[in-house]
Amino acid sequence: MTMKSSTRQIDGVTIVDLSGRITLGEGSVVLRDQVRDLLSKGNKKILLNLGEVNYIDSSGIGELVSAFTTVRNQGGELKLLNLTKKVHDLLQITKLYTVFDVKDDETSAVKSFS
Amino acid sequence: MTDKRVSYTLDSTLETVNNAEETASRMAAEAGFGDEDVMKISMAVREAAVNAVLHGNAYDPGKKVTLNFERTQRDLVITIRDQGKGLDLEKIPNPLEPENLLKTSGRGIFIIRSFMDEVEIHPSHTGTEIKLIKHVHG
Repeated sequence: MTMKSSTRQIDGVTIVDLSGRITLGEGSVVLRDQVRDLLSKGNKKILLNLGEVNYIDSSGIGELVSAFTTVRNQGGELKLLNLTKKVHDLLQITKLYTVFDVKDDETSAVKSFS
Repeated sequence: MTDKRVSYTLDSTLETVNNAEETASRMAAEAGFGDEDVMKISMAVREAAVNAVLHGNAYDPGKKVTLNFERTQRDLVITIRDQGKGLDLEKIPNPLEPENLLKTSGRGIFIIRSFMDEVEIHPSHTGTEIKLIKHVHG
């Protein structure tokens, strides 16, 4: 299953609902294009909802890191929401769990943006 | 004693990466591994296949990736070989070092080592062979 992406806005925060696989090829490209598109429109508070992302590989992890640094370098914030166990474990072993701001409740996640 | 051995010779494409992952998942399940180990094995194979296709053969249509699965009584052994210039192990940084945490690549070998019981990497000027071993009983 390839990756699907849709966005919604709540209180100035763009929530990107992702589902499927973030892997080398299509999934990574979808994520990259989505974040680039949001930034070009001035949306700099981005919450990536990974609740339906059932698989991510090292390329997908690299894409998450790239999105995080790209948004931050433009003065924005990118946070992660609803990690599945697989993605959570992968971010733990790669020590990225402490780099990302990871949330598990959408309402409080939206409020946490400055 | 070898119970089962299967070999594939594949093109240097993204499809090969997906095929390698799917085949590893099926072979691991047939070997009796649980869901979590099946996921780890298939992901390790995917990462090794990505290395072979992307970094080893650099998508060169004239170069092939060889994938070998061997099921013994004790282990599932997967060997992936490319026809590239040979991986330079000295140039692979530790992705857990603070200065490397925000790099967008360089985690594949680390993930492979984390998920398999034994990993052997044999680079040469005619390509890199990586052997992944998972013990059947832990």
